[in-house]
Amino acid sequence: MPTPPLLALHGVCKRFGVVEVLSDIELEIRAGQVLALLGDNGAGKSTLVKAISGVTPADKGVIEWEGRAVHIRRPNDARELGIATVYQDLALCGNLDVVGNLFLGREIRRHGFLDEVEMEHRTRHLLQRLTRGIPDLRAPVVSLSSGQRQTVAIARSLLGNPRVILLDEPTAALGFEQTAEVLDLVDELRDRGLGVLLISHNMGDVKALADRAAVLRLGRNNGFFDVNTASQEQIISSITGATENAPRRPAHREAEW
Amino acid sequence: MVKGTQSVIRTVEGWGTVFRRKLSAGELGSLPVVLVLAVVWIVFQSLNNNFLSPRNLSNLSVDIVGTGLIAVGIVFVLLLGELDLSVGSISGLAAAVFAVLNVNNGVPEWLALVVAVLAGTVTGAVQGFSFAKTRVPAFVVTLAGLLTWNGLMLYILGTSGTVNLDEGGLLARLTSYYFTNDFAAYGLAAVGAGLVFLVSYQDRRRRKAVGMPHRSLRAIGVRTGVLAVTAFAAAYLLNRFQGLPLALLLFLLVVAGLDVVLRRTHYGRQVYALGSGVEAARRASLNVTRVQTAVLAVSGTMAAVGGLFLASRITSVSQNSGSGVLLLNAIAAAVIGGASLFGGRGTTWNAVLGILVIQSIASGMAITDTPAAVQFIITGGVLFAAVVIDSLSRRSQEAHGRA
Ligand SMILES: Nc1ncnc2c1ncn2[C@@H]1O[C@H](COP(=O)(O)OP(=O)(O)O)[C@@H](O)[C@H]1O
Ligand SMILES: [Mg+2]
Repeated sequence: MPTPPLLALHGVCKRFGVVEVLSDIELEIRAGQVLALLGDNGAGKSTLVKAISGVTPADKGVIEWEGRAVHIRRPNDARELGIATVYQDLALCGNLDVVGNLFLGREIRRHGFLDEVEMEHRTRHLLQRLTRGIPDLRAPVVSLSSGQRQTVAIARSLLGNPRVILLDEPTAALGFEQTAEVLDLVDELRDRGLGVLLISHNMGDVKALADRAAVLRLGRNNGFFDVNTASQEQIISSITGATENAPRRPAHREAEW
Repeated sequence: MVKGTQSVIRTVEGWGTVFRRKLSAGELGSLPVVLVLAVVWIVFQSLNNNFLSPRNLSNLSVDIVGTGLIAVGIVFVLLLGELDLSVGSISGLAAAVFAVLNVNNGVPEWLALVVAVLAGTVTGAVQGFSFAKTRVPAFVVTLAGLLTWNGLMLYILGTSGTVNLDEGGLLARLTSYYFTNDFAAYGLAAVGAGLVFLVSYQDRRRRKAVGMPHRSLRAIGVRTGVLAVTAFAAAYLLNRFQGLPLALLLFLLVVAGLDVVLRRTHYGRQVYALGSGVEAARRASLNVTRVQTAVLAVSGTMAAVGGLFLASRITSVSQNSGSGVLLLNAIAAAVIGGASLFGGRGTTWNAVLGILVIQSIASGMAITDTPAAVQFIITGGVLFAAVVIDSLSRRSQEAHGRA
């Protein structure tokens, strides 16, 4: 029997009010692989990430962790399973400094009090691995550049030794050099056996990094590809809807767009 | 010799860099309010040279305690970016609970004190929970609280009108007892400065051991030195009058203790985290409802404690307890002291600095026979300046981030 994927989604649905943003989503994240999640703006990629990370739990459907059905109702549930997320909006606390953000909710204590020295030490260590331009660790995060903030958010997700990491457009705000740093990191995480979900609009990065790609269109699966064999045109036409691999949606849903 | 000069220059340059960074990042901290306080003191001293007399300063140090304790609670709420308008009513309610239990019903003073403080904790927690669950802004929830608790207080007092407290009792002694032995005030100054030195030194030692940036010994020395000089000067003045007031000692202990809670514990870190919005904290798995409830419970508790100190100062409780400018002064103190209205920035020491400014103005006005109208206008002006500085520093911080 083949080993089950680290994380599998079956029939996941999510609606906000009357709008069904995700319907019947299937997805598998495997250890040691990078899965690219592709789709136009508004396709539901971020909503799917938030459903997996417990921020806005799914309404319906099954989430399996190593083949076993689990309930993810709160961010803490996902965290305890070993799922870490870098949100599109980063979700950092602007007034806390870099160290405070990294360790928020899992502070290191010494004699019952926060051990700032140890936390700063580990932060420095971690950031040195990730980037060459380490920000001022004691400056509030609002005063950092957007690239530095992105690095902080990524560093935070790595802190608890996660097994699955969800990256929602981690390179969108980055310059050339920092983008390369993030892509190297994704490569390294894959080599260490983590399951990575990478959302990106850059087909070049996807081709270079991802093992498989899943396409969302209007909240539905619209194709799965083996990135090594599928052509870029095939993938793009599936994103834009030139090829419909999923059943057509009912007419009244179409009208809402 | 040359080496010494060089290291002095480097230290000064280091301070310059830090100062510029703080200025551009909008973290001026307590500097503006310390300047305001200096100006207020200089102006009143030149108008009337009794202002900086040991007697007046000693009285000032006791007068700040009641409202100051309430302002400490307000700092907690401001850290969430919210406001608590019920603290005046809660302080009056606590005083009334104490008076009715102890004076009218003969309950022992210690028990009446505990019940009165708990009344503040419970009312605060109720408001906090409602705020957390309904997501109605705290100022609205506590506005309802302001009316409710004030009504409850009038109900409890019933027809008693003014209740006079036992002049020699435990509560009265809170603000009338002085440690006449000179050693008390000097001891407190020494212990305070010593602790600050030890903590900074220990921090430096651990950082150095793992090769992280750390403060120079000189910087630690200067910091502790400034603190020690201030503390010993205050102790000297207090000893020239009646010694260290018990109320001031308790106030400083509470402020220092809560400062440690806010800045050095897991709980405090959660309070700061909520200051930049609920969503980021929630995604970091914080229990938002619990933290919000606890914060309003703290401000209710501090309001009750402050109300008891205010009652102690005048040894009576009446239907006017907790009314008037008390609420406004407590909020103004926190803001003038440097706690941000936008949440996430401030410490309990801000409340101390702010109430010192407000009470100094009040005391100076009284000493120079200036009408209350002028006092309000000046305090209002200082408050406005504080709010403008707060908002400017916030904007400069954000502009910094966009660069
Ligand atoms: N909290 C919400 N309430 C209502 N609609 C939402 C909410 N979050 C997302 N949506 C809607 O869901 C759709 C998918 O959004 P999103 O997942 O952010 O897309 P993507 O990340 O693929 O660009 C959009 O139409 C968006 O307007
Ligand atoms: Mg998105």
